[in-house]
Amino acid sequence: MVINTDSETHFTQINSQVRNTLEKEIEINGCIGQRYIGTGLSGKKLKINGLPGNALGAYLNGGEITVYGNAQDATGDTMNSGAIIIHGNAGDTTGYAMRGGKIYIRGNSGYRTGIHMKEYGEHKPIIVIGGRVGSFLGEYQAGGVIVVLGQHEDDMPIINNFCGTGMHGGVIYIRCKKLPKVIPDQVSATVVKGSSVKELSDIVNDYCTYFNYDAQELLNADFTVLKPNSSNPYKQMYTAN
Amino acid sequence: MDTFIPAEYEVVRNPDLCIGCRVCERQCANGVHKYDKDLGKMIADSNKCVNCHRCVCLCPTHALKIVKSDDTYRLNANWSMQAMNEVYRQANTGGVLLSSMGNPNDYPVYFNKILVNASQVTNPPIDPLREPMETVVYLGKKDVEIKRDIQGKLVDTMTPQLKLTTPIMFSAMSYGSISYNAHASLARAAEELGIYYNTGEGGLHKDFYKYSKNTIVQVASGRFGVHEEYLNTAAAIEIKMGQGAKPGIGGHLPGAKISEDVSRTRMIPQGVDAISPAPHHDIYSIEDLRQLIYSIKEATAYKKPVIVKVAAVHNVAAIASGIARSGADIIAVDGFRGGTGAAPTRIRDNVGIPIELALAQVDQRLREEGIRDNVSILAAGSIHSSADVVKAIALGADACYIGTSALMALGCHLCRSCQTGNCNWGIATQKPELVKRLNPDIGYKRLVNMVRAWTHEIQEMMGGMGINSIEALKGNRLMLRGIGLNETELRVLGIKHAGE
Repeated sequence: MVINTDSETHFTQINSQVRNTLEKEIEINGCIGQRYIGTGLSGKKLKINGLPGNALGAYLNGGEITVYGNAQDATGDTMNSGAIIIHGNAGDTTGYAMRGGKIYIRGNSGYRTGIHMKEYGEHKPIIVIGGRVGSFLGEYQAGGVIVVLGQHEDDMPIINNFCGTGMHGGVIYIRCKKLPKVIPDQVSATVVKGSSVKELSDIVNDYCTYFNYDAQELLNADFTVLKPNSSNPYKQMYTAN
Repeated sequence: MDTFIPAEYEVVRNPDLCIGCRVCERQCANGVHKYDKDLGKMIADSNKCVNCHRCVCLCPTHALKIVKSDDTYRLNANWSMQAMNEVYRQANTGGVLLSSMGNPNDYPVYFNKILVNASQVTNPPIDPLREPMETVVYLGKKDVEIKRDIQGKLVDTMTPQLKLTTPIMFSAMSYGSISYNAHASLARAAEELGIYYNTGEGGLHKDFYKYSKNTIVQVASGRFGVHEEYLNTAAAIEIKMGQGAKPGIGGHLPGAKISEDVSRTRMIPQGVDAISPAPHHDIYSIEDLRQLIYSIKEATAYKKPVIVKVAAVHNVAAIASGIARSGADIIAVDGFRGGTGAAPTRIRDNVGIPIELALAQVDQRLREEGIRDNVSILAAGSIHSSADVVKAIALGADACYIGTSALMALGCHLCRSCQTGNCNWGIATQKPELVKRLNPDIGYKRLVNMVRAWTHEIQEMMGGMGINSIEALKGNRLMLRGIGLNETELRVLGIKHAGE
């Protein structure tokens, strides 16, 4: 099914068509800022040409959304499973509270990427960013994997301020030897060769099947690995009264 | 060196009545009672007692009572014993003080300073035993456009509504903060009564999907247990922006309370702290709130009403005005006396405003702006009785949330120790041996009893006013008068003084 849209098309029109069609493959052309595309969707393949609006693939529960263009804020909010592939940049709060599935971004991602990501049982969310990210990466992260590959070409730092604030689970791999910014006390940083970590290698190899990056070259470098020191960071803070 | 803090309450045992059956010992999860072999009698360590009255209630010979200790520091009108003990506790530990249940301090309870009208001679009272008395309430937007098709027939433009048989719902309490059996009791009671209970931010246990028609699910900043099926199974979805007991801060369920079952329901790992950040980090404006509301509406195909719950704070009327324009169907306003499973003492006791004042201002503001019909209003935060429900509705609410009184129906004695996880009544605990003390077969009936009794009382008060439909009471402030309130209080409440 092909849905042709323009700036006059309201998001409810696009979304009800996507929701109600029995077809499994849907292509949306001319998308320009329409929000909530693919919200709560499962078992369908969505191809978006253009610029989807905020909350793309919120509560996504399986299936795949591919964006040929940039995505805006809150992509994959509270996503449970499935895949979102973005052939451009993503906005703020990408993967908010995501519990499963993967978000692969070719370019950069905005503020608060992967905030409050969590994992549970077989659900283990993954976000891979080809370029750089804004401040508050992995804030309150409680599980899952975030990879930042730093393939951006401007001279901006690979991560920004307050990376890992409140982190109490999961892991962040940042493709650099020395972090450009300080990280909080409750997060520990170690440096490893990318190819020596199986989890990271598997993820980067999978990521490179979508984009024309060289997995071997990407992995043949040092990564700083961020992990929380404690899964109970607030344990000592309280006194019963 | 820790400063010793003497027990606030003393366990008193009448030796003439005690038969040494040791029920008290078995019932106390805090280990207060024990049988002393050498002395040949039961003894009690009052320092461990939280005054939950479990032993008093279950003692077969009524040999026990708990009394306020007369041990005292040197009397001081400025430094209360509580204030002094709090300093000692913090000097001992360095921790933030943590308390449970609603604000216990001596702030005015405005409901108790409001009186309800009744008809005399003209506009006669109605007898609810003889005449129909409508308590059914529909919650949702009422501002729909009337549209007709080409044949002139009405087109159904009605947005989703929640139907309540009586204007009472059980407020949000998560599985984790309260037990499985407490949830089972609330869910069954809601079904039997034709009202709703609320999952809080703890996910929906798979066993309770069968009550989904009477379930409101919550989406809060941690998004625990939120997934597509959870949203679509519920009768309505509540976005929790704030809670009356702790406005401006988030939640924190310690890893120790995250049992296997709680972990499965919240969809988080066992033993890891569950942190709900203070804000939703994707909501910094009404426009952002609108985005979350519409992402939920899209995920549920516009079939479910969306509730936005906020704490009653100083500028709540302006906030409610924004929410009413954000696409929400219902606004829940939670006053500063609302309960909690755990909140920092300073926040609970010092932040927020009373529900009566907040509610009156929210209703007033929405009316002035002509958007009152955009939303329904739910009032929460220490609704003690049916009289409070009547007063809240007359102040502008569509219905009330009750939490603390519902827990009391299940046995809670307000010992305010929920945060310990040692609830002897099987409510605020995850310990299997304690949870099983609360029998949902009995618990749900007690909830049904209470709500039915309240409903009958509401009907009688309505009848007395000559009103036969709860809708006609909504925002009907002429039915209220203040007693002993100053002019500012009367103005904020929008009511006259008694005698006027």
